[in-house]
This record gives sequence, C-alpha cells and structure tokens, in this order.
Amino acid sequence: MLDYLLFGALPYVALAVFLIGSIYRYTKKGFQVSSLSSQFLEGRKLFFGSQFFHWGIVMLFFGHLIGFLIPNAVVAWNGSPVRLLVLEFTAFGFAISSLIGLLLLIKRRATTKRIQMVSNYMDYVVYLVLFVQIASGILMAYYGRWGSNWFASVMTPYLRSVFAFNPNVDLIAQLSTSNTMALLMVKTHIASAFLIIGIIPFTRFVHFLVAPFDYIWRKYQLVIWNWNHKEIRTSRNYFPGKSRDFKNN
Amino acid sequence: MNIRSQIAMVFHLDKCIGCHTCSVACKNIWTDRKGAEYMWWNNVETKPGTGYPTKWEDQDIYQGGWKKDGDSVSLKGAGKLKGLKNIFHNPNMPVLDDYYEPWAYRYQDLFDAPEGDDQPIGRAVSLITGEPIEIQSGPNWDDDLSGTPDYARQDVNFKHLSQAEQEAMFQLEKMTFHYLPRICNHCLNPACVASCPSGALYKRGEDGVVLINQERCRAWRMCVTACPYKKSYYNWNTGKSEKCVLCYPRLESGQPPACMHSCVGRIRYLGVMLYDADRIQAVASCDESEIVDRHMDIYLNPNDPAVIKAARENGIADSTIKAAQNSPVYKFVKEWKIALPLHPEFRTLPNLFYVPPLLPAMASVSADGTYDTVSEHLLAGVEKLRVPIRYLSSLFTAGNDDKVMDVFKKLHAVRVSRRDTTVKDVTDKQLNTVMNEASIDVDTANAIFRLTSLATFEERFVIPAAHREEAIEMLENTGDYKGSTGFGFKEKPARGL
Repeated sequence: MLDYLLFGALPYVALAVFLIGSIYRYTKKGFQVSSLSSQFLEGRKLFFGSQFFHWGIVMLFFGHLIGFLIPNAVVAWNGSPVRLLVLEFTAFGFAISSLIGLLLLIKRRATTKRIQMVSNYMDYVVYLVLFVQIASGILMAYYGRWGSNWFASVMTPYLRSVFAFNPNVDLIAQLSTSNTMALLMVKTHIASAFLIIGIIPFTRFVHFLVAPFDYIWRKYQLVIWNWNHKEIRTSRNYFPGKSRDFKNN
Repeated sequence: MNIRSQIAMVFHLDKCIGCHTCSVACKNIWTDRKGAEYMWWNNVETKPGTGYPTKWEDQDIYQGGWKKDGDSVSLKGAGKLKGLKNIFHNPNMPVLDDYYEPWAYRYQDLFDAPEGDDQPIGRAVSLITGEPIEIQSGPNWDDDLSGTPDYARQDVNFKHLSQAEQEAMFQLEKMTFHYLPRICNHCLNPACVASCPSGALYKRGEDGVVLINQERCRAWRMCVTACPYKKSYYNWNTGKSEKCVLCYPRLESGQPPACMHSCVGRIRYLGVMLYDADRIQAVASCDESEIVDRHMDIYLNPNDPAVIKAARENGIADSTIKAAQNSPVYKFVKEWKIALPLHPEFRTLPNLFYVPPLLPAMASVSADGTYDTVSEHLLAGVEKLRVPIRYLSSLFTAGNDDKVMDVFKKLHAVRVSRRDTTVKDVTDKQLNTVMNEASIDVDTANAIFRLTSLATFEERFVIPAAHREEAIEMLENTGDYKGSTGFGFKEKPARGL
C-alpha cells in the first residue's frame, strides 16, 4: 500500500504542485525568483561548499537525465566491465563531492551569524531533503552496486510509465535484492526525489528552473525601447502599437 | 549611422566642496532600506584615496570592465564562459567587508541606562546582524585625506607615479587633494549589461539609462564584478542587484536627478548627447592611446543638418534634438573639450565627464616656507601644479598627460581672461600668450566662465520631454488615427466574408 502511495500517487501530486506552483511563482511573484546568493555576506567558506556541491549535483542531474533519455546507450556502454567501473566510480565521485559540499554549506549556514540573518526555515528543509537524497544515493550505490545498469533497465521504464499516466508501480514494489539496505535506500531515493520536485516552488530550488542557458546565445548588449520610435512617424500605419515589445539592438 | 540619444553628465570638480549632500539626497530617496544600507549609488571620494568599495579602480583585484581582444573587446572577469563557469562562486566579487559593515547606534540606551557614575553610551550595532560591532570603516573613511597611511597611500593611481612624486604629494606643505563624486556612468558599452546571465540589465533605448529589471534578476552577481566602477550593488536582503537609476521617474517628469538637484556647489550638469551606436564596438576596441579622442568623436554635432536628418529618421523626437543643441554637456565635452571621462581605459564608454580640478595650481610654497600667491604671472602657470599631472592623467585620460594639460591651459586661460575683464591688471602680452597657448578666444572664455559660475537651473539641466503620452498612446491604442474607424476598436475593423 505504501508503495502505491509513494510511487503511484506521490509522483503526480509532486508534479502537479511543481507545475502549478512554479508557473504561479514565476508569473505572479517574479521578484521572488532568485538564487538568493549569500556570497556577498560570506565568500570564503562558500567557495568549497558551493563549488563541490553544485558541480557534483549538476553532473549527477545530467547523468540521471542521460539514463532516462537514452537507457540503451547506457547499457551498451556498460557492456564492458572497465567502462562500467569508470561510469560507476565517476558518478560515485560526484556524489561524494556534492555530499561534502552540502555538509560544508550546512556548517557555514549554522555557524555564520551574517548568513543566519538571511536564513529561513525552508533553507533547512532544503538541506534536509538534499542530505536524504544524496546520502540515500550513496548508500544505495555502496550496498547495491551497478546502479547505472539498474537505472536504465528498471528506473527508466518506471519513469516513462509515470509520464505516460500509467504508472507501473510493480517495477519498484517488486524489486528484490538480497540486500535489504539497498532496497530501502532505493525506495527512499525515489520518494525523496519526488518530494524535492514537489517542494521546488516553495523553496530556493526555483533558481535551477531559471538557469541562464540563454546567455550562451544571447547578444551581449541589450537595449530595450519603450515603443517603436520609427513607426510613430508613419501616418500610414494606423495601429503601430502592435509592436508592443519592440526590441532593437 | 544609427543615431541614438543619451542622457550625459558633467561634474565640475573645481566646484566640488565634498559636502556629500548629493549622497544623502540619493540615500534618502533610494537606498534607505534593509539590504541597501551599505549602498551609495552616489558617493563622494577624496583623491588620492582608495575609494568605495576599497580599491575599486584596481582591476587586478576585481576584474571589472573590458579588455581589448583583437578587433573587439571581451569582459575581463565575466562573460559567457567565465560567467557561467564562476556562477556557483564568483571569485572576483567584492563582499560586504570591501564596502563596509553598515551600523546604527543604540540611542535608546542613552535614555534607559540606570543612574550611575559613568556616562551612558549608545553602542554601535551592525545593521546586518544587530550585534555590537567595532566599526572598521565607512563609505568615506578616507575623507579629506584622513588615515592617509591606510588610504591615500594605497591609491591605485600611484602605480604610474615615481616614488619621488608620491613622496612629494604627501609633504604637508605640498599636500593636495580633490573630491571625486561618482554615480553610475550609464555607459554606451555597459559591462554590467553584457555580463548579466539572465538578461535582467538593459539600456533604455530612449535616453540610455541603464537599469536592472528586478523581476528578472536572479542574483548571479556578475554585474557587480563586471562594472569597473563598482556601481552595481547586491542587495543581500532581497537577493537582487540594484544600481543608480539616474532618478528616471524624475527625468521623465522634467526634473534633474536628486543628487544633481541638491548639489550645493552646483557642480553638476545634465543634458542630451546624440551618438552613433554603430561605432560603439570600434571605439571600445581601439588602441588605449586614442580611446579618449575616439570616445569624444562618437558624440555627434546636434546642429549638423545631416545629423538632424539621420536622428529624425531614427525616430528621435524634435524636442530631444533641440535639447541636444542646448546641452551643457555638449559644450563642456565637445565644444570646449574641458571635460574628460573617468578611467576611459575600462572601455565602457562612460557618459559622465569630469572637469579636472585646477585649484592646486593657484599658489605654491616658496623655499623660505612662506605661502607664495604672487608669481610672475600672478596666477601661477599650469606648470606649477602641485598635483603631478600623471596622477590626473591616470584618472581621466588613460595616462595621456597632454590631454589633461590641454584642459588645464584652457581653465587657466579663463581665469586670466576674467582677471583681465574684472581687475584689468593683466598685460595684453600676458593675456595673448595664455589665450594662444590654450587656443581659445575671449568669447569662449566668457562662455566657459558663464556656464561654470553663473548658469541658471535651466542652463545646467536641459532635460528633453520623455513623451510618455505618445508611448501610452502606442501601447494602449487610446488615440485615434487618420483613416481609422472611430473610437472603441482595439483591432483593425475587418469586413466579414
């Protein structure tokens, strides 16, 4: 029963809250969408914490994404034991990196007076769920082994069934392994992942939704006109106000 | 030619008395809020000094501005690759302690203290943590050369001066300083805009004011690094960056910015400049030795019929062109060429120009220690400046001494010419020599004198109408146009099939 709640219902609750909440916050509360950087108040301790954590978590995110998008390629890559080991150790390394970073960040927030002035309860909730997420992932990898193969063959079909609105909960519920610890960690990891998605709109997690990828192809300089100066002078154009968001650079 | 209009400014440093009225006016209107206490969108520094934030001019530390990169320019400490790579921790960003920790005093303690033998005190408490602090520094801790060993001697511009020149500047009898009021330069090639990963910063097309969209700022903090003048500030409370808005709500209603309006020395001038936006990249990436000249050349003559025609074609309103023709900034910068940009080597093409201070040239200390105000020329020549020219050229002309000297000759000639007009004890030969060296005539000298000393409010601030009424019409379609079908149609009335 719990399995059905966690892997059948929770995903949809989380995704619905995530979608509605994020769109509402982005469109109606744009001023509150920020990474809330505290580097200005404390920069030195932030360096190792933030770098270790973010690079680790970003790599892990894309690793999971690749496993979800092209599971066959992952399985094929893992065909050779050496390549499997390389992949597993790399992923494990990034996980350790993000865990160390997270612990450094928690210590920084807990011990720096200036940072405490800009902290709220949700910051600590974020730390808690991130810790559960990363620690369960690491323990799972330690007890279970070869998670990349398992992700491609079990997790990807499950996630696809979730997105197809036909959740195949049995894939997760009937997982069997000799190691009960690994099983517990897998389930924790999945449930906690959906929890994180669900609380995105209520926490500083929103900043990863506005990651500035468009900066890569944007022009450096940005000039915005209030209205189209050139069109105002042509009497033939009866409705020049159409160019409402006229941008010219 | 792609002509745009730009609100530009001139600060006349000879007239600045360092009273900080501008800073206080700005603070009261814009930054008297939580998270913004430490921000001084307008601040006044004493030069030589380290300024605010400490050593802001030293781009080896802060990596602000642009650097020449082949035929173009690239951001020194930000940009697409460097910015995104450093997005999790920005190594070149100034932190609170590089500015100062804002504080208030516990005044209530003065009233609440129990009766005793000791004088009650109101302790300083941090405006960030609320805890008592030992005050380390403030926004103008180097005012009037106070704390010279810590501040003035660390001035970044000294790297161009010899040891002897530096020592000379700090001998009590030869000591010299001037004030440097600073606000955002609303640059033509703004590094802050280019550095913003989320595109929150932009330059307004109509008047060139550079703003931060508070709804789009995501606290990536790159603008703080990229601005070489450190005029973009991070609000630690809201998690958004903020900067000088040139009081655009005041500008749009025809009033000068609060810092300029309140200036008791009347050192500030504001007006429109027309410039050719197609030339920005070429000018910003030219050789350092010619950047001042090229920068001045980008501004166009608003009386030139070809410029007027091109400006109209580009949609610049006639009222704006008229304001450009009356612009006091155009006179100082282009006609008389006595105002210079601050640190042009940062390559952002700033729109705030400074008339460099001539005052220290007025007198010198003779060998026997007496204060000698009468030289052979009455007004000591510009060669007898106390302040090394090299120091000022490091501030205003990217190291070109001749350019500063040219300005000083003109400022000196104006003084001699006025002496001739009012006291009449200058010989014709003296007057002619000075005027020829400065290559100005008496009429120009009188015009400079007039705009410097007697200018009225309307002459100092020539602000074009913002034409918001037209903007609103265009946005809302409230008006009616020839050929349309009466009021009430939001869409073009179309005949059905």
